[in-house]
Formats: sequence, C-alpha cells, structure tokens
Amino acid sequence: MAASATSWATRRGIGWWALAFWIFMLVLPLMGSAFPSESFDYYMFMGQSMMVYAIAVLGLNLLTGFNGQISLGHGAFFALGAYTAAILMIDFGWPYWATIPVVAIVCFGAGFLFGFPALKLESHYLALATFTLAIAVPQLLKHKSIAGWTGGVSGLVLEKPDPPFGLPISPDQFLFYFCLLMAMILFWAAFNLLRGRSGRAMMAIRDHGMAAGTMGIDTSLYKTITFGISALYTGIAGALSAITVAYVAPDSFALPLSIAFLVGLVVGGIGSLPGCLIGGAFLVLVQNWSQSLSDVLKETFSLQYDVPSWAIYGVLLLLLMYVMPTGIAGGVLRLRGAIAGRLRRVETVRSKPLVLQSEGEKH
Amino acid sequence: MIPNGTKIRRRSVLLGAAGLAATMSSARAENKYGPGVTDTEIKIGNTNPYSGNASAYGANGRASAAYFRMVNEQGGINGRKINFISLDDAYSPPKTVELARQLVERDQVLLLFAPLGTAPNVAIHKYMNQKKVPQLFIASGASQWGDPKNYPWSMGWQPDYHTEGLIYAKHILKNVKNPTIAVLRQNDDFGMDYLNGFREGLGKDVDKLILQTATYEVTDPTVESQMLQLKNTNANVFFNITTPKFAAQSIKKAAEIGWRPAQYLVNVAASLGATLRPAGLENAQGILTAIYVKDPTDTKWKDAPDFVAWKAWMEKYNPNADMADGSNVTGYSFAWTLHQVLKACGNDLTRENVMLQAASMKALAAPMLLPGITLNTSATDFYPIKAVQMARLTVDHWELFGDLISRDG
Repeated sequence: MAASATSWATRRGIGWWALAFWIFMLVLPLMGSAFPSESFDYYMFMGQSMMVYAIAVLGLNLLTGFNGQISLGHGAFFALGAYTAAILMIDFGWPYWATIPVVAIVCFGAGFLFGFPALKLESHYLALATFTLAIAVPQLLKHKSIAGWTGGVSGLVLEKPDPPFGLPISPDQFLFYFCLLMAMILFWAAFNLLRGRSGRAMMAIRDHGMAAGTMGIDTSLYKTITFGISALYTGIAGALSAITVAYVAPDSFALPLSIAFLVGLVVGGIGSLPGCLIGGAFLVLVQNWSQSLSDVLKETFSLQYDVPSWAIYGVLLLLLMYVMPTGIAGGVLRLRGAIAGRLRRVETVRSKPLVLQSEGEKH
Repeated sequence: MIPNGTKIRRRSVLLGAAGLAATMSSARAENKYGPGVTDTEIKIGNTNPYSGNASAYGANGRASAAYFRMVNEQGGINGRKINFISLDDAYSPPKTVELARQLVERDQVLLLFAPLGTAPNVAIHKYMNQKKVPQLFIASGASQWGDPKNYPWSMGWQPDYHTEGLIYAKHILKNVKNPTIAVLRQNDDFGMDYLNGFREGLGKDVDKLILQTATYEVTDPTVESQMLQLKNTNANVFFNITTPKFAAQSIKKAAEIGWRPAQYLVNVAASLGATLRPAGLENAQGILTAIYVKDPTDTKWKDAPDFVAWKAWMEKYNPNADMADGSNVTGYSFAWTLHQVLKACGNDLTRENVMLQAASMKALAAPMLLPGITLNTSATDFYPIKAVQMARLTVDHWELFGDLISRDG
C-alpha cells in the first residue's frame, strides 16, 4: 500500500512538471508578437529541431533505456521516415500531414523485421549489427537504381507547408505547433505504454531476460515489437525533420546522426522520459553553441587557428559525463534528492522529539 | 554622399536629441536598406568547404575574406564596412541548408555571396528564391544558375560546365585520331552537368566513343579502383571530371599504372597548387584544360597591372596562402565583382537593387581574367563569364593556345 501511494505521489509530481512544460511550449511561439525579433523564425526552427531530436531519442530510449537492446543504427530508421515522407510528398503529391501515418506503418514494419535477427544477438553484437545499418543506409540511398526516387546525392528539395485555414502565424510558428502536437501525442503514448503491463514486461526483460521468461513474458515478441515501436518513433522524427528542413539528402543520415541519438540519450538520461527532451535540446544547442564558442575562444585569446568545434563538443561531453554520470535528468533527480536529504537532516536536528515520535510510530 | 551625411550628423549634434531623431528618420528615407545593412556595415554570408574532401576549395573563401579585409582597411564601400560571415559546410548539402538558414534567418545577412559547390547550391536554390535573398556569384559553374525567369535570385559567375564539356568534346573530335574515351566523374550534379555537355559535343556516335564512365562519391577516400577499371578499357582519351583531391589522385595513379591517354582535366580542378603539384608535375605534362583566369604561375603575366596588384594583395592580406593555387585568383576576382556591384548600389542597398545591379554589368573588366574576357549580364542573361581558352600543361604552368571560345560561338 505504502509503496503504491509513494509512486502515485511521485507520478503526480512529475505530472505537474510535465503539464507546466507543455503549456510553456504552447505559449512559446506567441512570444514572437510580445518580443518581436527578426530572427524569431530561426528560433522557432531550432525549437522544431529540438522536438524532432527529442522524439528520435525517445524512440531509441524505448529500445535501449527501457528494453536493454543497444542500437547504433537508428539514423537508418530516421532516414527511412524522412525519405518515405519526402517521396510521398514529391512523387505522389501527398500533403505533409498525411505522410505521418504511412511513415509510422513503414518504419514499424522495418523495425519489427529487423527485430528478428536482433533476437539472436546480445548487447555488443546487436550494437555492431545496427552499426552496419547506419553505415549502409547513406550508401544505399545514393544508389543509381533508386536515384529516380531518392534524388541521389543531391537529395530532394521539398515545399515548406503554409499554415492552414489562413492562420495569422508564420510557417515556422505553425510547424513548431505541428511538431509540438506530434511530440505530445508520442510522449503521452510512451508514458502510457511504460506505465502499464507492457512497460513492466519491457523493463523486466531489460533487467533479467531469463527471469522475465520464467515469469511468462513472451520475450521474443516483446523484443521485436519494442524494436518496431522504437523504429516507428524515430521514423516519425525523420519525417518531421524532412518537413521542417524541407530537404533530405543521404549525407544528413550518415553515421554521426546515429551516434548523436545515442549521445542525446546518454546526456539526457537513459530510461527517463524528460531526459529525451533534454537530450533533444542538448543536441541542437551544442551544434549551435560549439561553433560560436569556438569563435569566441579564437577572438578572446586571439588564436591563429580555429578551435575545432568538435573538440569543444567532446570536452563538453566528457565534463558532463564526469559530473552527471546518469545524464542530466538523473543528475537533476540526484541533486533534488541530495537537497531534500539535507533539508530533512536539518529538520531532524531542529525537531528531535518529533522524529523520535514518528520513528516510534513506525514500529 | 558621405560629406553630405557628415554634415547632417554635425547639425544634429547642435540641435540635440530631437534633431537627432529627426535626422535619423530622414536618413532612413534617403537610404534604402535591406536586412543586414546599416550606415556603417553590410553583412554578407558565405559557405565554403573548409573541412572534408573538397577542402582545397576553402582557399576561395579565405581569399574573399582577405579581399574584404583590404576593402575594410581602405574605408569600406561608401563608408560601410563589410562584415563577411563565412561558414564551413564541408561540401555537404544538408549542412549548407542548415547554414544558409542560419545566415539568412538568424544572422540576417543581406545576401549569400559565392557559396561554393554545385550540390550545396542546388540544395539551397529553391530556399533562397522563396526567401528572395540573393544567392550571388555562386562558386560553381553548373548551367542551371543562369535561369533568371524561374530563379531570379540566383546568379553564377564562372563559365558553365555544360559549355566547357562541349568544348572538350569538340577539341577531341578535331585533334585525336580514332578517339576512345574513358571518363571519371564525381557522382553528383557537377559531374552530370559536365558529362551532359560533353556527350552533346560528341554527337551521335557518343555511345561508341565513350567506352566507360566510372564514378566516385565526394566522400570516398580514393579513386584507385576506378582508375584501374578505366585503364583496362585501353582508351586513348581520359576525361577527368573531378574535384582537386581526386584529380591529383587520378593523375598520379594513371602515371603509376602506365596508362598514357590524352588527358582532359576540368577547369575546376586545374589548380597548379591544389591538384597538379600534389599529383607530380612530371605525371601531368601535356594535360589539357580550358581556363578563363590568369594562371598565377605563368611568368607571362608578371608585368600585367592586375597581376602585380593581385600579388601585392596576396603578400599583404593572404600571406599564408599558396601563390600557385588558382582558388586565390577566383576568390579574389569574384569578391572584386561583388565590391563593384555594392558600389553601384550606392545607398539603395536592398536585395532587389543588388540583383538589379548584378544583372547590369557591361563589359566589366574584372582583375585576373584572361585578356579579352569581361563580365556581361542583363535581365535575361545571368552568365557573367562566357568565354574560355584552351591550355596545355607545359613544364610548370598552363600554356594557352588557340582563340577564346565563347558560350554562344
């Protein structure tokens, strides 16, 4: 009884934070009129990218964080989603929003099928197998036989959608809302999935596969379906990226993208839903800031040569892993725990009799 | 215009705050500014491959930056300094899309100047035209840049690849007995544009003449296996459509494996510093190309006034760069062209006027172009440079021969 009450309380606590966050996101695009800036559309675009990455990281998190299967090849599913959406829009003239369900089905199918060979492979071996996906996909996309569809190396240029119903907002504000809507649906779905029986099964398999099997969980089925759902999430993120960037090309989906998802996952926090949002934001901000930071360093120390922005990225990552080994979400929780612990200790010192009394009650 | 402006400012000091406000509004009525322009600054964006496999071209961006440093040191353009923001896209189209967006939307540049590479520019072509931001003097010779009807905000600078390919084909038909041709081509729009022009020039027997076309990706490490394939065809002509790194590799490899066809090397890889010296000059003797700028290693130009000025500029503003690299010539020359266009704009520095001035160049003699070549544009003609001249690598420089061959002629 006590345990369930505590977890309910925690969940409600997180719920308030989540509600506040999503409301903040809803209001954010309206800031444009309050604080007019010429670059506002660019910030909206950054916001879109953050949500796109957050969804992709969530997809990877479902697989790695909650089911214990490691993937270094999620860039491939991202590419599949992006190209499916782009080809549907260009060759079949579909509206952007109608591509999402198709992308979901295609990517779920692809992920589900890839899940079968994945069953045979454990941890490192699975990581390597998915790694090959990440390497192969950009090459395949350039292949002559499908260049008619994919546009080859030059990729496909898309039309950016206008806001519907003559809404008085800019296309970028509108796309921000579109991404936000998708993110809300997908995070809500993931939250529900993880909270229920399936989620517990997924995590049981992660923690001890054999034990989970003896408990009557169909581990193969759960693992393949999780792979499918994970690919579905990442694929939708890919489609959203194609729509918001209005351009797809094989080079966008090279190995660094798959690694970026993993970095986002680890930085945000493995096995944490808010961690995915943090990871998504981190990926976008770090790309933007490491370049500016490199410029600042060059100017302040009047260096002869550029400081490579990748080096800054690396140092940042190292620092972060050292300070917060469980990711930012984990770090925040730990910090909160530490502060709460200290407060409790202070309280203990101040009101000793009360504590004794309550301890006595427990027994 | 400048003294006039100073006078106004002096008066406003006397009149105090109210007067200042009034002058500022009147100044605004007089001067028409697009995004990125103020009384003291013009913000210009640029993308270049400073890293990656095409990084040899990065010299273009550094040369342009050095040119604008000189302009700024000399007082700027009509009193406005050039703020040249040049970013590294590593020749990767998605990166170019990202950076173009950043430059246009976040940094609010007046225009994108000489973004480098065919595929990177194809990727932002539509975006720039939708946003109505000039994509000016594109550092790529793809023939699609000269389409003012559909893309009025994009303009190239150098001679187009299609025509150049056509010129090589005609030269082969005229000069090589029983030609059999092997082609190495970069697998993108740049490679296709050259090849299409080349095939057109070869006429109806094209499929008999070309024995094999091998391709490579700009992200590949080497082209060695492609060269072995091509050698096995025993072709007596080798048409080399590559960027500098791969051009150097292929020329060197051909010599190593003892394949000695007549070699045609595309202009964009014909840099002594970036391609031929790394390939080994002894391996490159007799290679043919078509050029439109003065080869800085050719002693013939040592007294030409524009060469003297270029050399002085190189020594003062671009001292770490390679004197033998043609990119330092083109980067300088198209920066000069933008300089003239912005000067011609006067105080009407809107995006519309920039395009209008760029499309009104009449026999503009840009420095370091071959004698007889000038810049000409009109509302319907967005190809500034239309002529080239054939050249043969002789000892350590390009030896020109024949007449200027123009796009229309």
